[in-house]
Amino acid sequence: MAQEKQVETTGLLGWIDQRFPLTANWKAHLSEYYAPKNFNFWYFFGSLAMLMLVLQIVTGIFLTMHYKPDAALAFASVEYIMRDVPWGWLIRYMHSTGASAFFFVVYLHMFRGLIYGSYRKPRELVWIFGCLIFLALMAEAFMGYLLPWGQMSYWGAQVIVNLFAAIPFIGPELSLWIRGDYVVSDATLTRFFAFHVIAVPLVLLGLVAAHILALHEVGSGNPDGIEIKEKKDANGIPLDGIPFHPYYTVHDILGVSVFLMAFSAILFFAPEFGGYFLEYNNFVPADPLVTPSHIAPVWYFTPYYSILRAVTDDFLLYWMIPFLVLFALLALVSARNNITRLITVGACGALILGFLVVDAKFWGVVAMGAAVMILFALPWIDNSPVRSIRYRPGWHWYVYGLFVVVFIVLGFFGTKAPSPANALFSQIGTLLYFAFFMLMPWWSKMGKFKPVPDRVTFAAH
Amino acid sequence: MKRIVKSLAALAAACIVSTASAAVASYPLDQFPTGKLTDQAALQNGAKLFVNYCLNCHGAALMRYNRLVDIGLTEDQIRKSLMFTADKVGDPMKIALRPADAKEWFGAYPADLSVIARARSSAAGSGSDWLYTYLRSYFRDATRPIGWNNTVFENVGMPHVFWELQGTRGARLEEIKEVKDEGTGKVTGFVRNVVSFDASGIRTEQSSKVDGLNHHASRNWSLGPLEGGKLPQAQFDDAVADLVAYITYMSDPTAKKRMQLGVWVLLFLGVFTIFAWMLNRAFWKDIK
Repeated sequence: MAQEKQVETTGLLGWIDQRFPLTANWKAHLSEYYAPKNFNFWYFFGSLAMLMLVLQIVTGIFLTMHYKPDAALAFASVEYIMRDVPWGWLIRYMHSTGASAFFFVVYLHMFRGLIYGSYRKPRELVWIFGCLIFLALMAEAFMGYLLPWGQMSYWGAQVIVNLFAAIPFIGPELSLWIRGDYVVSDATLTRFFAFHVIAVPLVLLGLVAAHILALHEVGSGNPDGIEIKEKKDANGIPLDGIPFHPYYTVHDILGVSVFLMAFSAILFFAPEFGGYFLEYNNFVPADPLVTPSHIAPVWYFTPYYSILRAVTDDFLLYWMIPFLVLFALLALVSARNNITRLITVGACGALILGFLVVDAKFWGVVAMGAAVMILFALPWIDNSPVRSIRYRPGWHWYVYGLFVVVFIVLGFFGTKAPSPANALFSQIGTLLYFAFFMLMPWWSKMGKFKPVPDRVTFAAH
Repeated sequence: MKRIVKSLAALAAACIVSTASAAVASYPLDQFPTGKLTDQAALQNGAKLFVNYCLNCHGAALMRYNRLVDIGLTEDQIRKSLMFTADKVGDPMKIALRPADAKEWFGAYPADLSVIARARSSAAGSGSDWLYTYLRSYFRDATRPIGWNNTVFENVGMPHVFWELQGTRGARLEEIKEVKDEGTGKVTGFVRNVVSFDASGIRTEQSSKVDGLNHHASRNWSLGPLEGGKLPQAQFDDAVADLVAYITYMSDPTAKKRMQLGVWVLLFLGVFTIFAWMLNRAFWKDIK
């Protein structure tokens, strides 16, 4: 018989610890996981995102007990949940408000990463897992939105699945394969249901676990963007670190409590949120024969929807091609080596050629995808000598501020019907959105950087 | 941080300006008197009007009769005075109209009204505002198969079911239209087009050229005076408001309970937040 594992705990816990690393994991991830003591407001959103994930899964489980994934029954089954299932309305509104709240929290969480350089070495994988979570979340939300089978559900899915048809050669077959039919139909509904309730949530859970494991491997960043592990006491504990539990658990309980007040205010008093969380047209059952005059996705997709709509032949010709030419010249002049030069110039050339040959609709789809995929590159395109915005040149604030404004403008116009003003703002926004990232290798190292302190900035409460 | 907040405020202002100019002119909606939503007598009267006037062509298949206990009715009252087409008090408000017949008679199958008050909401007003205005904006139009038209929902298939109560009237549509050059598509002038319907629905149309180019395309409806209704106008408006209150209630029957519960939830969270804050402070005292 193998030798018994030696553990410090006794009794039941000792019995468990001999067989399962319970105490070891509790210590590694909570009671002896040392987090910087200077977390600020922006650091609430990680735990809040976790809360939303749990809330969506739990409410989702209860919804599946009464929801009918059938084109003939789906719409009525949602109203059945709202009316006849005891507390069904509460569960459903939690889930629908929760979807929007989840994106709100995740966007703020990502913005935190952006301004404090949370993605910088050695946290690249934390960031990449995070981006993958964002992608999975988008898929989850998109497929979930079809399930109530209202007009917006139906036509939103129709529009987005049709986008795949713009891909050269394989497009039409691909969109047919995704839909499972020639139009969005019962076949689409049932497969989206399967993806929404099991496939994507499994991926999400796995990615969240990886996100947190990667984070706990390298340690949390902080608003000063310095490594607390570089200054340790005699026991090897970071001088500026405090155990996550109890300090950040009580801290996050406070954050959760305040967040839930805002969440409940919306849930109980304005669950439609003026048509932004539950679109009015989605109270009309899906009708494949009646196309709504205005199809808009829910607010959290609208920035990307604007980017999709902004890309026209004129936009590619008069805005993107000059931009790419300038970008290629910039790379030619300042790239570190010839390989980078070759790749950048080659890629720009290929894109310009593509713009001239392939339909703009396809490039709209590419731009929408690229707008998300470009996030993955952040750890490698940010050349700032410091991580945190606190020690960057003051004008960097304006760059981030402009990016936020651009994101909101794109989002705003994404909710509106097409118009010349809409097209102009969306195109300016799209160009600026990509310029923010593509020019980051240059602007992120420009200006006068402030000295970074040795220890974190912290004022006792 | 402050800088971001400032620029966001500037942006919000810019967005408001840009939407205001892009607003599409449609028939302005009257404001539904929302006080009716908490008035049980109004809701009950609305339910009565609903089953008498609407629930013959329109169904409300997601709503059960016995749900009406919410608005202060007993199951016995519901059974005796509101159930004309159902056997059991737990039945949904379904109708016997066959879709094929409806299509032939009205040109379309009358929409199910269960959630119509939510579906008709828009930036122009709540669904209740829309219904309240729509139901009061019928006029005679002899060119329509059913003899009625509506300023809110033009060329609607539904006849004016309350015409005996409200009476009849004509209407006038004044349009300023762009005249475009067929070749270049450029605006070369404007015409004023006036379509009038007299009290018996006879349509006349007059077109005249407008001098100058400094005009905007526009459409303005005005309704004629009411004639021969059984109810005075104020009383009719009040009855429609009752009906719309009921339809609004029906679109989200838990709304009242939801808001009542919401107050308690927020109170609880308010107290909980105080304790959470104290707990946080007690622990963080040690951190220097």
